[in-house]
Amino acid sequence: MYEIVWHGRGGQGAVTAAKILTEAAYYQGFKGVSAKPNYFSERRGAPVSVHTRIAAEPIRTFSNVLLPDIAVVLDDNLLQMVNVTANLKEGGLLVINSARSAQELGLEGPFTIAISDAFHCSEAAGLIVEGNVLISTSILGPFAAATDLVSLDNIRRAVAEKFGGKALERNLRALELAYNSTSIYRYELPAVSAQA
Amino acid sequence: MADVRIITANEAAALAAKLCKVQVVAAYPITPQTPVTEDLAAMIESGELKSEYLTVESEHSAMASVVAASQVGARVFTATSANGLLYMHEMLHWAAGSRVPVVTACVNRGVGAPWTILNDQQDSIAQRDTGWIQLYCRNSQEVLDTIIQAYRIAEQVLIPVMVCYDGFILSHTSYPVEVPPQDDVDRYLPPLDGNLGIIGGGYMNVNPLILSEPRLDPNSDLRPGYMDIRYRLHEDLRKALDAIGQADKEFEAIFGRGWGGLIWEYGMVDAEHVLVSMGSLASECTLAADELRSQGLRAGVIAVRAYRPFPDAALSRALRKAKTVTVFEKDVSYGYLGALATDLRSALFDAGLTPKVCSFVAGLGGRDVRPEQLTRTAADAILKQPALGWIDLKGIA
Repeated sequence: MYEIVWHGRGGQGAVTAAKILTEAAYYQGFKGVSAKPNYFSERRGAPVSVHTRIAAEPIRTFSNVLLPDIAVVLDDNLLQMVNVTANLKEGGLLVINSARSAQELGLEGPFTIAISDAFHCSEAAGLIVEGNVLISTSILGPFAAATDLVSLDNIRRAVAEKFGGKALERNLRALELAYNSTSIYRYELPAVSAQA
Repeated sequence: MADVRIITANEAAALAAKLCKVQVVAAYPITPQTPVTEDLAAMIESGELKSEYLTVESEHSAMASVVAASQVGARVFTATSANGLLYMHEMLHWAAGSRVPVVTACVNRGVGAPWTILNDQQDSIAQRDTGWIQLYCRNSQEVLDTIIQAYRIAEQVLIPVMVCYDGFILSHTSYPVEVPPQDDVDRYLPPLDGNLGIIGGGYMNVNPLILSEPRLDPNSDLRPGYMDIRYRLHEDLRKALDAIGQADKEFEAIFGRGWGGLIWEYGMVDAEHVLVSMGSLASECTLAADELRSQGLRAGVIAVRAYRPFPDAALSRALRKAKTVTVFEKDVSYGYLGALATDLRSALFDAGLTPKVCSFVAGLGGRDVRPEQLTRTAADAILKQPALGWIDLKGIA
């Protein structure tokens, strides 16, 4: 079972991104997928998280994810508020929407880091609704670039299920831009630890 | 190919109501039920669902409206949570007393004070004695399927049904749900055939809302009626145990999925130590049972699906070889035990069974319940002195 925690702000698209990924994972052949938003009352701009599980068999637990394999951060300012790597598994993956580098963000640890400027990719693709730049699909670009857990094709398919017409074009364009502009700082588990 | 969608239990509930071709919907939004009302309103607005949507000013009116619509033969639906359900309380009694086949989704949420919008099952447990059938669901697929079954049951026994599922934990969690073809649902659930009377098989439309002469006569004799009608409700609720089991069997025959009828069993073939629960917590318990097995304890799980009418015989049968019964529930009968544990002890006593029964209250007001806590608590209950209590208390900050 793979467990993913998404960190975003209310209205930013973390819930939608997690839903798209679970659908894509289902297409990929995982029978068990779930995405549980954790919030008290939805407020725009407030930190929210979503807990996602992906497994070969149907999911039986609905409890919170404590030790994620993957953490996804939709807003790099959240790094100052939430310790997103504290419980990230060794050898795990950290995906961030940021215009800055891992060094500039002060990120270092036993995990792979994938950074893409999803915000500006969405902006460039014209993915703007009522003045808000939507990054729910572009954040999946660095995700797909850094791991083959869920393929880019299946993510495209899930996006196509959700949107149509111009909106679909823009979402797919944003996804592609973010995928192609991902910087990956790969961490390999030491051999001993990998065997353990 | 099966139409599998990754949707929330709220979306599944709205889809189920649509598949059942409900004719009148009256609902008032409340967290975490709100998306159900939004989805249904959108379906009706678009014409996808041909139904009357009544925008009422309260849950009390929502229930009054669907009772009235049901009274004249319409298939009706409403949904609510917590404080909204409590506000309906008076009309819940009225719905059961007037024997209308209303189906309500209760998206389980804790009740203030202190204020909470998060999950537990105190809201529906507090409606235990209103005369409704209550069914609890473990996942979103069961929510969709159970709402379809609920109409079948309600329209057969003329008793309203409340389908309960955990707020946020299920209501807002995306999960794979197979949406059955409309043809199959139509085959399982034929159009509602006017609501005929329940007294002596005679035609009594409208149902006994108001007795013709409720006063004492000049000889101080009270005309028969109230108590007798209430007894009939009680008797028919007991008989509904069969109808609930049957509805699930017939559902399985058409849709290929069954949910256990009155109770759902996991690993019960040789189980000596049984974890009993309701709703999504029962699903969580299966992970604890697996872990207990790996520790050498023969554990199994029972999910009580029908809480009212209470499946005492089915539970006693399933638990006849149990040594330890550990009940985990998201409610409490304040001043005593969890409501389920209380009822279960009574059923076992009547059956002459004396396993160790331990009652645990968990996850009130949305507190995360972890499988490892359930494992630890159940192992202590099995291996140590009978334990009663609340798990994962943290103190008042």
